[in-house]
Amino acid sequence: MSKKIVISTDLNGDITEFIADERDSLLDALRERIGLTGVKEGCNNGNCGACAVLLDGILVNSCCVMAAEVDGGSVTTVEGIALENELHPVQQAFLNEAALQCGICTPGFLVAAKALLDTNPEPTEEEIRFWLAGNLCRCTGYDKIITAVQEASKSMQKK
Amino acid sequence: MQDVSYYRPSSIKEAIKILSEHGPTAKVLAGGTDVIVQARERTKKITAFVDIKKIPDVMGLGIEGHRGLTIGAATPMYQIYNHSGVQEEYPAIIDSANIIGGKAIQGRASLGGNLCNGSPAADTIPTLIVLEGTANIIGPNGERKIAIEDFCTGPGKTLLQHDEILISLHFKRPAPFSGSRFIRFIPRNEMDIAVVNVASQIQMDGNKIESSRVAIGACAPTPLLLKEISNFIQGKELSQDLLENAAELFNNLITPIEDMRGSPEHRVDLAKTLFKRTMNDAVIRSNGEKVQ
Ligand SMILES: Cc1cc2nc3c(=O)[nH]c(=O)nc-3n(C[C@H](O)[C@H](O)[C@H](O)COP(=O)(O)OP(=O)(O)OC[C@H]3O[C@@H](n4cnc5c(N)ncnc54)[C@H](O)[C@@H]3O)c2cc1C
Ligand code: FES
Ligand code: FES
Repeated sequence: MSKKIVISTDLNGDITEFIADERDSLLDALRERIGLTGVKEGCNNGNCGACAVLLDGILVNSCCVMAAEVDGGSVTTVEGIALENELHPVQQAFLNEAALQCGICTPGFLVAAKALLDTNPEPTEEEIRFWLAGNLCRCTGYDKIITAVQEASKSMQKK
Repeated sequence: MQDVSYYRPSSIKEAIKILSEHGPTAKVLAGGTDVIVQARERTKKITAFVDIKKIPDVMGLGIEGHRGLTIGAATPMYQIYNHSGVQEEYPAIIDSANIIGGKAIQGRASLGGNLCNGSPAADTIPTLIVLEGTANIIGPNGERKIAIEDFCTGPGKTLLQHDEILISLHFKRPAPFSGSRFIRFIPRNEMDIAVVNVASQIQMDGNKIESSRVAIGACAPTPLLLKEISNFIQGKELSQDLLENAAELFNNLITPIEDMRGSPEHRVDLAKTLFKRTMNDAVIRSNGEKVQ
C-alpha cells in the first residue's frame, strides 16, 4: 500500500491541507481526495487537456503532475476561476455561444482559455487555435469554442 | 500508478545521494511529461521520483555575453521561448521548444527531460546537436561534460548513469553571419510525434559556406549528426543545386525504419526536403532576417 502524505497548498485561493497517497497524481488527488470533480480525466497521459489546471499560475495537465509536487504551491481549477458574484467572462461566453455539448472537455478549455487571456488579452484566431491545440473536444467542434474565446476577449476589453 | 515514493531535495548532493541509495528504479523528475506517464503505464519500473525542480542549479537560463547561453536542465519550455535573448540569438531553440506538445506540456517539459528520455524522435535534440551544445553532468564521482551529439546511445538510452544528474546545457555564442533552423514533419498541425525532424546550422562567408552542421531525428536509433553533408558543402558557393546534390547523400546516410508514421522511402524524401528548407532558412537567419 502506498504511503499517505499530507499536502498543503493554496487551492483556488484557500490554503488547503489534504491527505493523499504518495503515488497520486494531482488529477487523482483533486478528484478523489478533495472532491473537486470539475477537473476531468480524459486520456490520463497528457494528450487531451481535460485535466488542465494552473500550477503556480502556469497552465499544466494535472495528470502529468504528482500531487506531492504542489505542497507549498498554488493550484487553480475550473472551480476557482469565477469572479466574486459572476462567472468568468470565458465561462459566460461558452454559455452564450453554446460552446459545449457533453462538457467533459469544457473545464480544461476554460482554464486554458483563461490562461491565454491572462497573458495575451487580444489573441488572434490563429493564436487561440495554437494555444488550445492541447485541448481535445470530440463532440462540439472547435469553431464555437474559438468564437467563445474571441467573445470573452472582447468582453474583457470592455471592462 | 506504480507505488512510487516522492523526494524533493534542495541540493544536487542530496539528490545524488537519494538516487545512489535507491538504485536504477529511482528516476529524476523534471517536468514529468515523459516519466509520470511511464510510471503510470508501467512501461518502466519506477519506485521513486527525485524531483529536482527545487534545486536552483537546474532552473532558469541566462546569456553571459561572449560566453554564451546556459539553460538549467529542468527549465520549462515556456520560460525558454519567452526569453528575448534566446529569441534573438538562438532561434532554432525556439523552433523546437515551441512545438513540444501543447501549452500545458510546455508549462512543464524541459530540455533535460527531452534529452535524457532519449527518444529517437525527440524534437529538441537535433537542435541541441547543431548548436554544439554540451551537457554539464554531476554524479557521485564529480562533474563531467558530454557533447550532446554523443549523449544518446540508443532508443531510450544515454551515457548518463542512473545516479548522475544533468545540470545544465551550454551553448557558445553564435558566430557572426551564422544562422540555424529546426523543422519537423508531422501529419497534423500540432501535437504529434515527428515522422522526421531536421536541424541545420550554417556559417556564411559572403556567398560561400564557411561551415555547417546538420542533424536529423526519427531516422535512426538516436538523433544523428551528419558530418558527411557538412563536409560535402563546406567551402562551396551556396546554390540550390548544391543543396539538391547534398540532399542526395541522404539516400545512403540514413536507413529509417518502417512504422505507422511512414515508410523508409517517405522518410528519406522528407529528410531531403527538410534539409533544404532548414538550410535555406538558416541562411536567411544568418543575414539577420526572420523566416516565414
Ligand atoms: C501530450 C504530450 C506531447 C508531447 N509532445 C512532444 C513533442 O512534440 N516532441 C517531443 O520531443 N516530445 C514530446 N513529448 C514528450 C515530452 O514532453 C518531452 O520529451 C519533454 O521534453 C520531457 O521533459 P520533462 O521535463 O517532462 O521530462 P521528465 O518526464 O521529467 O523526464 C524524462 C526522463 O529524463 C530523466 N531526466 C529528466 N531530467 C533529468 C536530469 N536533469 N538529469 C537526469 N535525468 C533527467 C527522467 O528521469 C526521465 O527518465 C510529449 C509528451 C506528451 C505527454
Ligand atoms: S487527462 Fe490529462 S491530458 Fe488528458
Ligand atoms: S463537449 Fe464533449 S468533448 Fe467537448
